[in-house]
Amino acid sequence: MSVPFYVSPEQLMRDRADFARKGIAKGRSAIALQYADGILFVAENRSPALHKVAEIYDRMAFAAVGRYNEFENLRIAGVRLADMRGYSYDRRDVTGRALANAYAQTLGAIFSSGGEKPLEVEILVAEVGASTAEDQIYRLTYDGSIADVQGYAVMGGPAEQVSDYVGEHYQEGISLAGALRLAVDALGHDSNEVRQLTPDQIEVAVLDRTRTQVRKFKRISEETLARILSESRPDTTPAEPAVHAEPSEPVDGGSYESTDAAPSDEGSADDAPVAPPEDDVPVAPPEDPEDDRPL
Amino acid sequence: MTFDASGRLPEAFLTPGGSSFMDFLAGHAPDLLPGRRALGAGDLSKDVPHGTTIVAATFADGVVMAGDRRATMGNIIAQRDMEKVFPADEYSSVGIAGSAGLAVEMVRLFQVELEHYEKLEGTTLSLDGKANRLSALIRGNLAMAMQGLAVVPLFAGYDQDVQGGRIFSYDPSGGRYPEQFFHSVGSGSVFARGALKKLYREDMSATDCVTAVVQSLYDAADDDSATGGPDLARRIFPVVAVVTADGYQRMPDDQVGDIVDSIVGARRDRPDGPNAPLS
Repeated sequence: MSVPFYVSPEQLMRDRADFARKGIAKGRSAIALQYADGILFVAENRSPALHKVAEIYDRMAFAAVGRYNEFENLRIAGVRLADMRGYSYDRRDVTGRALANAYAQTLGAIFSSGGEKPLEVEILVAEVGASTAEDQIYRLTYDGSIADVQGYAVMGGPAEQVSDYVGEHYQEGISLAGALRLAVDALGHDSNEVRQLTPDQIEVAVLDRTRTQVRKFKRISEETLARILSESRPDTTPAEPAVHAEPSEPVDGGSYESTDAAPSDEGSADDAPVAPPEDDVPVAPPEDPEDDRPL
Repeated sequence: MTFDASGRLPEAFLTPGGSSFMDFLAGHAPDLLPGRRALGAGDLSKDVPHGTTIVAATFADGVVMAGDRRATMGNIIAQRDMEKVFPADEYSSVGIAGSAGLAVEMVRLFQVELEHYEKLEGTTLSLDGKANRLSALIRGNLAMAMQGLAVVPLFAGYDQDVQGGRIFSYDPSGGRYPEQFFHSVGSGSVFARGALKKLYREDMSATDCVTAVVQSLYDAADDDSATGGPDLARRIFPVVAVVTADGYQRMPDDQVGDIVDSIVGARRDRPDGPNAPLS
C-alpha cells in the first residue's frame, strides 16, 4: 500500500487559491460603480449572448468574471433562490445580503472541500436602494470571502490596474454618462498600452432606482452606449474630428487621453498581474474553440 | 421549502435544469404548488369566495381586459373591491374567475414563471408559449376543480410577432383556446358576451373598446347576481387593463370613473344600454 505524500494544509490552500486566481486573472475585467441614480455595471465582453452581468431580482443584479459555465450556474442558483423566496414570502423580502451569504457559503464550501476543484470565479451581488447611501455591493471571491464595497469594485483580468484608474477619477454622485465614460476608459487602461474599447466590446447594464417599474435592472444597448460615449467625450482630446463624428468606429488606441493616462499606467505597471490579456482574442468559446480563457 | 442549514445553496439550486419555475418547485418544494394539496371529500365550492366576470376584447393597437370587483360565497358578497385582472408580464394580462384564493395564488405563480424564464433565458416567451404555461398550471389543478374549486382564467396579450392583441380562453381541465375579437369568462359571461356581440367593432379606438367592455360588464351585473356593477357611492369601478406595443397599463381609476359615469348617465334614459342597428 502506497502512502500518499504529505501536503501541509497551508500549502494545499495556497495552491488552490493560486489556481483560482490565475484562472480569473486570465479573463477581462468587469466594473460596478455607484452613480447618482443607481449602480452601473460595465464589463469587457465580446460576446453579445454570453452575459457577465445579469438581473437577479427587482433591485438586485449579478456580475461575474472567470469561467462562464461556473458563474452561470451560480447565477441560475441565485435567480432560483430569489424567485423562491419572493414567491413564498414577499417581493420585498428578497435581499442582497441573504443572496450574498448563500453565495459565500457555497463558494467557501467548494473551496475548502478536497473533492471539488475551486471555482475560478469572482462575483458581485449588488442591490440598489432608495438612495446612494442605501445601495449595497458585495464582492465575493473564489474562496467565499465576502466584502462590502462602497463606491466601486473591479474584478477579473488585471483588476488592480483598472481599479487604480477608477480610484483616481471616481467622484461620489457621478452622473450616469460620467460613470460610463470613466468605466470604459478604465477598462482600456488595463496594461501599459492604452486601448480604446468600442461599444460592441462592452456589456453595460444599470440598476436604476428612478425606473418606475418594480424591476430596476436594465441593459443599455450598443446604440445607446455609442451615443452616450460620443456625447461625453471630453473636448480636450487632441484628436482629429473623425473621432467625434464616428464614435462607433474603432479609433486609434493611443490617441485618446494618452497625455494624462500615461503616468498612472507607469505607476501601476510594477504590480501587473501574471497574465495580461492579449488583444483581439475572442473571449466567447463559440468564436474560437481553441481559446478556453475565462470570460 | 427547504434551505440548507449551513446557508449553502442546496444542491437542487445548482443542478442544471429547465427554465420553468413550476418544474423547479415540483422537484424541490412541491408543497408550494397550488394543485398539490389533499382535500376532504365533497363539494367545497360553497365555502370559499368565488370571483366572477372577466371580459376581454381586441382593438386595432392591442387588447383590453376588464373585470368586475365582486367576490361571492354562496349568497354572501365576500368582497366588493376584489381585483381579478393582473399583469402577467410586461406584455400580457391575466384575469381570473372561479375559486378566488386558488386563482390569486395561480396568478402569482404564473407571474413568477414568466419572469423566471425571462431571467434565465435572457428573452421572453412567445405569447403562445405563455398561454401554454398557463394551461399547464390549470391542468395541475384538475383534482381540485373536480371538487368545485375550479379556476378559469382568461389570458390576453400583445403578440409582437403578429403585432396585435390576442385572447386565449381556458377550460378547467387546462384546454386552451385562442379566441377571435372578444371573450368573457365567469358567471356573468353569457350576458357580457351577448352585450359585447352587439357593441363590438373591429376598428374601435382604445377608449371605445374600454367603453364597450365596461358596457358589457354593466349588462352582466344587470342579470347576474354574482357580478358587481359599478359602485357609484364608494367609487369602486371595474379594473381595466390595456395592453399595447407600449406594454401593460392599468387604466387609472379616474379615467374609468369618467367612462362609468357617462355609461350610467346614459342608462338613466335607456336602462338596457345603447341600441344596436337592426341591419
